[in-house]
Formats: sequence, structure tokens, C-alpha cells
Amino acid sequence: MTRSNLLKTGLSRRTLLATGAASLATPMLSTRVFAATEELTMLAWYGHAEPDMVAEFEAENNVKFKPKYYTGGDNMLGLISQSPVGTYDVILSDAEYVQQLNAAGYIEELDPSDYAFDEFFPEFQKFPGHWDGDKLYSVITRFGFLGVAYNTEALTEAEASSYDVFWNEKITGKLGHFDWHLPNLGQMSLANGNPSPYDIDAVAWEAVKEKTMSLRPQVGGFFDYGGTFSSLENGQMLAFGGIGDWITGVLEKNGASVRSVIPEQGGLQWTESFSIGKGSAKAELAKKWIQYVTSAKGQAKSADMAAYPALIPNQKGWEVLAQDKPEEAKRQNMLLGQSNVMDMIRDGRIQYRQLPIQQSLEDWNDFWSEYKGA
Amino acid sequence: MRKRITLYSLTFSLPLLLWQLVFFVFPLAFLVALSFWTVKNFRMEPAFDTINWVTMYGRSVFWQSYGLTLALAAGASVLTSILAFPCSFAIAFKLTPKMRQLAIFMMVIPFFTSYLVRVYSWQIFLSDNGIINGLLGLTGLEPIGMLNTVFATMIGYLTLCFPLVVLLQLFSLMFIDRTLIEAAHNLRCGRLRTVFEVVIPSARVGLVVAALFAFILSFGDFVSPVYLGGGDPTTLSILITDTTKSGQQWPRAAVIALTMIGTLLAVAFAAISFAYKGRGK
Repeated sequence: MTRSNLLKTGLSRRTLLATGAASLATPMLSTRVFAATEELTMLAWYGHAEPDMVAEFEAENNVKFKPKYYTGGDNMLGLISQSPVGTYDVILSDAEYVQQLNAAGYIEELDPSDYAFDEFFPEFQKFPGHWDGDKLYSVITRFGFLGVAYNTEALTEAEASSYDVFWNEKITGKLGHFDWHLPNLGQMSLANGNPSPYDIDAVAWEAVKEKTMSLRPQVGGFFDYGGTFSSLENGQMLAFGGIGDWITGVLEKNGASVRSVIPEQGGLQWTESFSIGKGSAKAELAKKWIQYVTSAKGQAKSADMAAYPALIPNQKGWEVLAQDKPEEAKRQNMLLGQSNVMDMIRDGRIQYRQLPIQQSLEDWNDFWSEYKGA
Repeated sequence: MRKRITLYSLTFSLPLLLWQLVFFVFPLAFLVALSFWTVKNFRMEPAFDTINWVTMYGRSVFWQSYGLTLALAAGASVLTSILAFPCSFAIAFKLTPKMRQLAIFMMVIPFFTSYLVRVYSWQIFLSDNGIINGLLGLTGLEPIGMLNTVFATMIGYLTLCFPLVVLLQLFSLMFIDRTLIEAAHNLRCGRLRTVFEVVIPSARVGLVVAALFAFILSFGDFVSPVYLGGGDPTTLSILITDTTKSGQQWPRAAVIALTMIGTLLAVAFAAISFAYKGRGK
């Protein structure tokens, strides 16, 4: 076909070139449509980006999570500080570390109207540490209690309902510690009758140290996450300090004879919340994830997360859980319209786990090392 | 006469030099620098402050862990060497060449499996309700507490070091001049005396290097003290994790790490000097 013929058909050279270019680009476009799965990076405790939690969101939003799991708040802070800005789109943090994240400028400010706070129990609508005045930096997604974890074949619930059980002769050499000073010393502080376990003066701190040291002959070991699981499961340890249902719940659901109870002296509360990493290029998608996981549907999933179960702050999430998994709702005592876990908070039996207020974190950690070495 | 540096010699020596620079000297230099940094509000700040050295060296728990780790590693080194020697001796002198090959292969097999997995599997044997106590129960004996003890830690060290020590001892024993042993026997030297006065001195370098490896591996091991020893008592490797776990105290952890490196270098130099003592005269 000559140039004149082309013009006769009404096809200009420009049109031809444009059509040709479009034709050539079509495979590229179609490839792009299928390959457009976006990657969302998540820094979190193990389990939060596993299929049971994220598969539905990934499918609905054509996104793939790329998790980086940490073991503890310090580990998390270390990973962020060693990474370029924007490395992590979504960051899961324990409540006591949110302020550190904010102070270091590692997280973005959030818009409260983006999240379903009106569905949350009032206690969690403005959770301390997540807000700086009226500015929101993190949205609570789950929480749990720390008390006495015990082997139900070796101890009765009545025996385990006091921290005094740690000194019980029946468990000499069989008491394990989850190897982190903050929950263990917080529990010792509660056992010593301190109403605010982390806000204690020098005299009370000395008393806590003395009380803790008196426990040393009872201790059979100091364990990390995996060691805690195995030593409770195989009955090597009969009671544990520093943990709660987040460990025993998994074992209990798998048939092990272990449980957790909040003792009469009170328990501690851990809290996990999601933030958007500073400089994230996918802040909008990150926001969408936080909206999803704090929605009723996401919350019900979160309560029964395979890695470790937890309590959830969204009341509508409780309803969905009771409908979808009534056994788990009952096991975790998350049933509306009757006595439930919220009563423990309202009765003042639960204190937040937090960083020490009148001593430095270093003081607590150094003492913990001394205790371990004693 | 001074040797000239040729392209040929550089081709063979440069990779080693670069490797040492990139993977040993530079990280070590960084570790030294890090030990003088400070930590404020969970954030490390470059500085030149001796506070980390003063603090760590002033803590009794540090020296307690140091002494304990040293003793455990030395114990593991001696124990492994003693237990491995009859094994390597038998393979070197009593087995046929074919059986020797098979034995060497058997000693390599443990390395196919992760050390962590092997240590975890020991829990099944050593726990109160484990296999060993189950067998003891069948004979009417009371269960023995083995897991979360120093004994269990030592089992872990043996798991880590034994095959390697056997192999290192074996390669040393295999190259002993057999005529020396024959001469000893001809001179009416007893079997046991031959072992102590001919075999061991002849294989000294290999035996010392094997023991040194056992010491090095045990001294820095984290897995056995935690998963078999129950993290109690605290070894230096555990103390490092404790230090980093709270308040981002990597500079203090660097002090512990440098002390460990210094100790290992001193022990290695002493061991090598002893191994080659009297040679080359």
C-alpha cells in the first residue's frame, strides 16, 4: 500500500503510528494489569502477615505483604533505625513503644476520622500513648492480659490465682520466665502490692528487687518465644511468669493442659497497634490495611490469629467472632451482654505494661541480668 | 634477597586479603568504634565515650558470665577431645580403608541437619517426660532432671563439636608415621604407653587444633545454653542478647563481643604456639 492509498483510506500517518504504537504497547499494558500486585511491607510480631490474617485483604486489593518479623520492641526500633526512611509501610508496635516511634519520627500522623473508633469500647477510643494531644499516631488492634500461666494437671486454678504460687514448693525448679524483664518485674511489682506497678519509688523498687531475688531458687529457666512454648507443652515447666493467654491460648487450643489466670493481685495488659511508617510510598494502601484489620471482620480474624490469639477492642468484632467462632469467643470470654474480660479492666484489676517511670529502663534491665546470673 | 611481588603471586594472595579485610578487619573496626558510641532514647549516637567499657567491666554479672562461659567452653573442649579420641583412634588404626571411608562419611552426615534442629530433638530425649526418663521409668527408677541443666548444655556442645573434632583428630592420626609405632612396639613399649608417648605427641598439632575448634564453637554458642540449658546460668552469648534486647544497648553488646573476640584470639594463639612448640628446630 502506497502513501496515497493510505491517505485514501482516511488513515493518516499520524493515526497509523499511533495505532501501531498502541498495538505494540497492548501486551505491555495487559502484562501490567496482571502484574500490578503491589507490595506492602509490614514490620510486626510473627503471625500478623501470615495467610490466615492477610489472604483476604491481599486478594481484595491485589496486594502482597512482605513481612519483616521482630521479637520485641527494642528489636523493632533497631530494625527501623537501621533502615532507610520509607522501608516499612505498616508498623505494628506494642503500646509502650509507640511514643518512642513517634519521638524518633518513625511514624506518620493519622486521621482519626479514617478509623472506626466509634465501634471500639470507650476504654480504647483514645488509648494512652497512641495520641499526642489530639494527634493520632497509632490505632489499637488487639490486646491481652498477662498473669499466671500454669499446668492444669499440676496446679489448681485456685492455687494459680495468686502470684504466691510462684513460691509454691510444688513447682521448685519448674518455674519458667519468659525472658523479658518488663512483664516479669511488672508482675513482681503487682505481687508486692504496688497499684501502679511501673510507677514506683526507690524504696518500692528495692522491695521489688528483693522479692524477685527470693524467687530465684524456684526458677528452672529463662526462655524465649519458642522455648516457652515447648517447655510448657512438654510439662518441663509447670508455671510461667511474664506471659498470658497469647502463649497458653495456642497450646490450650491444641490440647495441652495449660491455662492462664489473672491473679488476685492483678494482671498486666499488653497492647498492639498499627501505624504507618514515615515516608511510606504506599500510605493510602497502608491506611486501607489498618481500616481492614480494625474493622469488625478484620478484628474477628485477629482475635483468632493462628500465631497467637488476642482480645480485640472493636465491639462489633466481638459480635462477628461470637457468630463465626462461638467457641473461641467463649474461651476468651469476649461475649457481649454478660460478664466478660472488659469487667477486669473496669474493676481495676488490669494495669498497662509500660516502661518504668521513676527508674531508667537500664536499671530494670541490669537488675534482670543480675537476677538471671544469681 | 627480597622477593618481588608478581602478578602471579598477587592473583593468589589478593582474594584472601580482600576477604579478610571485608569480612574480618572492617567489621571488627566498626565493632570497636561502636563500643564507644552512646545510646540516648533508644537511638545510637556516634561518640567517643568509654562509658560502655566502664559500665560493663564494672558489673559483677559480666565477670560471672565470662568465667562461666570460659569454664564451660574449656570443659566442652576437654570432654569432646577425650570422648572423640578413642573414636578417631579406632577409625585411623583399626578399620579397613573401606570402613574408614564409611566412618568418615558417617561423621559428615550430622552436618546435613541444622544444629538447631538437632538441639531441639535432644529435648525429646532429655525432658522429664522424655525418652531417657521413660526408659528409666520402665526399670523402676525415678526420673532424673536433665533438661535445663549444665549437663544438657554440655550435651549440646558435644552435638556441635564431636563430629568435627573426630574428623580433625582423625586426619592428624592418619598421617602419623606408622614406622614410629612399629618401632615403639619393637622396643617393647606397651600399647597404652605407645598411645601416650608416640601417637599423641606425633598428632599433637591436629589434636590441639581440634580441641581449639571445640573451644571456639562452644565459647560463642547461643543455641545450647538457651534451648538445652534453659538460659540458666547466663553465658556471654545470652548476655549479648539481653543487652541488645533492652534500650538498644548495642554499644555495650559490642564490648562483650570484643572481649569474646580478644579471649578467642588469645586462646587461639596460645594453643597454636603450644601445638607447634619444639617444631621446626
